[in-house]
Amino acid sequence: MLNFLARRLAQIVPTLFFVSVLIFSLQQLLPGDPALVMAGEERDPNVIEQIRHQYRLDRPVPVQYAYWIKGVLSGDFGESLRNKMPVRELIAQKLPVTLQLGSMAIIIAFLIGIPAGIIAAVKKGTAWDYGANFFALWGISTPNFWLGIMLIFLFSIELGWLPASGYVPLTENWRASLAATIMPAFVLGNAIAAVLMRHTRSAMLQVLESDYVRTARAKGLSERTVILKHAMRNALTPIITLGALELGTLLSGAVLTEQIFSIPGFGKLIVDAVFNRDYAVVQGVVLVTATIYITLNLVADVAYILVNPRLRG
Amino acid sequence: MTASPLIEIKDLRIRFHGDDSRITHAVDGVDLSVANGATLGLVGESGCGKSVTSLAIMGLLPRRTTEISGAIRFDGFDLLKTADQTLGDLRGNRLAMIFQEPMTSLNPSFTIGDQITETILRHRGGSRKGARERAIELLRRVHIPSPERRIDEYPHKLSGGMRQRVMIAMALACDPQLLIADEPTTALDVTLQAQILELMRELKAASGAAIILITHDLGVVAEVCDEVAVMYAGEIVERAPVDELFSAPQHPYTVGLLGSIPRLDHRAERLATIEGMVPNMARPPAGCRFAARCPFVLEACTKARPPLVEVGPGHVTRCIRAPLELLVS
Ligand SMILES: Nc1ncnc2c1ncn2[C@@H]1O[C@H](COP(=O)(O)OP(=O)(O)OP(=O)(O)O)[C@@H](O)[C@H]1O
Ligand code: SF4
Ligand SMILES: [Mg+2]
Repeated sequence: MLNFLARRLAQIVPTLFFVSVLIFSLQQLLPGDPALVMAGEERDPNVIEQIRHQYRLDRPVPVQYAYWIKGVLSGDFGESLRNKMPVRELIAQKLPVTLQLGSMAIIIAFLIGIPAGIIAAVKKGTAWDYGANFFALWGISTPNFWLGIMLIFLFSIELGWLPASGYVPLTENWRASLAATIMPAFVLGNAIAAVLMRHTRSAMLQVLESDYVRTARAKGLSERTVILKHAMRNALTPIITLGALELGTLLSGAVLTEQIFSIPGFGKLIVDAVFNRDYAVVQGVVLVTATIYITLNLVADVAYILVNPRLRG
Repeated sequence: MTASPLIEIKDLRIRFHGDDSRITHAVDGVDLSVANGATLGLVGESGCGKSVTSLAIMGLLPRRTTEISGAIRFDGFDLLKTADQTLGDLRGNRLAMIFQEPMTSLNPSFTIGDQITETILRHRGGSRKGARERAIELLRRVHIPSPERRIDEYPHKLSGGMRQRVMIAMALACDPQLLIADEPTTALDVTLQAQILELMRELKAASGAAIILITHDLGVVAEVCDEVAVMYAGEIVERAPVDELFSAPQHPYTVGLLGSIPRLDHRAERLATIEGMVPNMARPPAGCRFAARCPFVLEACTKARPPLVEVGPGHVTRCIRAPLELLVS
């Protein structure tokens, strides 16, 4: 186990290095000149030249990379070209918002997807099963922006129950915070719920046919214990990994969802930064996102080992 | 007249509905009974319906695809009609089964201790500590070395023989009145087979449970059983006290199984192979199911299903030409 952890941690370093190079190179392909964006109305070539020099845009790309990575390693992601705020501060401000949204989405996904999958498997071939499958198909095929707009229309405009946009921090007023994030979290989580439901269903179906479930029944255990203890424990082991991997799609889904609901999170930060050619922000956000993603993967692997006695050794 | 049997199966019929609307007649009109403390051997070729019969007793056949009729009476209950709750109270408690597949019958996610104490707590209640002590005692009874340590291990650490011992310990957890052992040794190697068999014999002597022992191994039958039932293509074709079956088999299929040396003192005689194919159970033949392979077949055999006829005390056979001695001389 410790061995495995050490090996995985050692793999993370080159991965992140590769990611950082990739981010930096791809960025060079973005059309537009950041110096021009910053100069704004000013068209004086001297001023533009000065900006270029100040932000080292006139140096070769590898040199620019070296400066950037040196800063990153000491915790300095540079500053936003646009509002001159340190990137680190921007990230510290926006990340919790997206983390809250993401956690709520994943909780919603698990709360819907896993019970629905179990019920569909146990009641295979009945209306329950068809209902759950229909929901899954709907969840996978419904575009987020459409669902988001429909929810806003129903719950904000028609019923007036929930705010259509905006964000309140959890620490400030948790009720208002939940009200503001429940719709976007559902939009983000429903596709993952659908994926989890399908996998839970097929894993459960397989496990319910297994010899050890038959043994559990032969012991006289109630159907409830058989399903919730003996079958579920084995069926959910692979689902944990899947859930953690789905968190990746959640990060990309957040970009669009935060736009729809005007939530000032990570997604909105990066979209704005890309449109403004705000290089330092884009680089910082993508690097942090990649780090989160890699960490989640590691956590998933460790969790998988912890719940699986055969791998625990 | 003997006392009424512990378990009595009457005209049991089991059909499976396959996905492609094909129907398999796995068991067709089986009658069996076992007295308290007696051991019945159930033998027959692969696929003849031995496991399906025993799973029906336990109520473990998949409900969605299985059609069952007949009656299984166990100590006043008709197991095919009892409520799930009552069946749950009987299973693992008064009725227990050891499965054919020791490698996969234990749950990989729980320790063997968890899995044994669970049965004890379900039926006997009491403290966790008490159940654990009993589990250790059971593991000792099935000769698992250092049970105090082994009890906390997960199944993947145990060999096939050890797992089968754990399964036996689990089945014995609540001192069942009827123990069904479905080929408890087939999946194991020869030395282990002998050990498990020895264990079964010990347990039989110690516990006084009635046992239905399913096996391919006629040597095992000769050593352990009081009575034998021979199954062929979903039917019982012959039933007799063990000595009688070995000395004077009255069904051509049994004769084929015994080969030429039906000797009680000769151990580990595997079922001899018999020429020909088992009938297709999606469309079983109308007459005698063994007709296609039988050396004594007559035209009349294929016309109607032969009835079970009595040829001696407690000895019945499903052959219109019995007693066979007259044919050989
Ligand atoms: N759940 C099921 N669904 C459909 N058919 C089944 C099912 N279980 C068993 N069968 C069929 O019923 C028949 C009898 O099977 P069974 O397992 O009782 O044989 P067996 O006598 O125990 O053989 P073996 O000695 O190989 O264990 C076989 O043709 C088998 O394919
Ligand atoms: S009834 Fe006829 S075919 Fe069947 S076993 Fe007897 S002799 Fe053979
Ligand atoms: Mg079998």
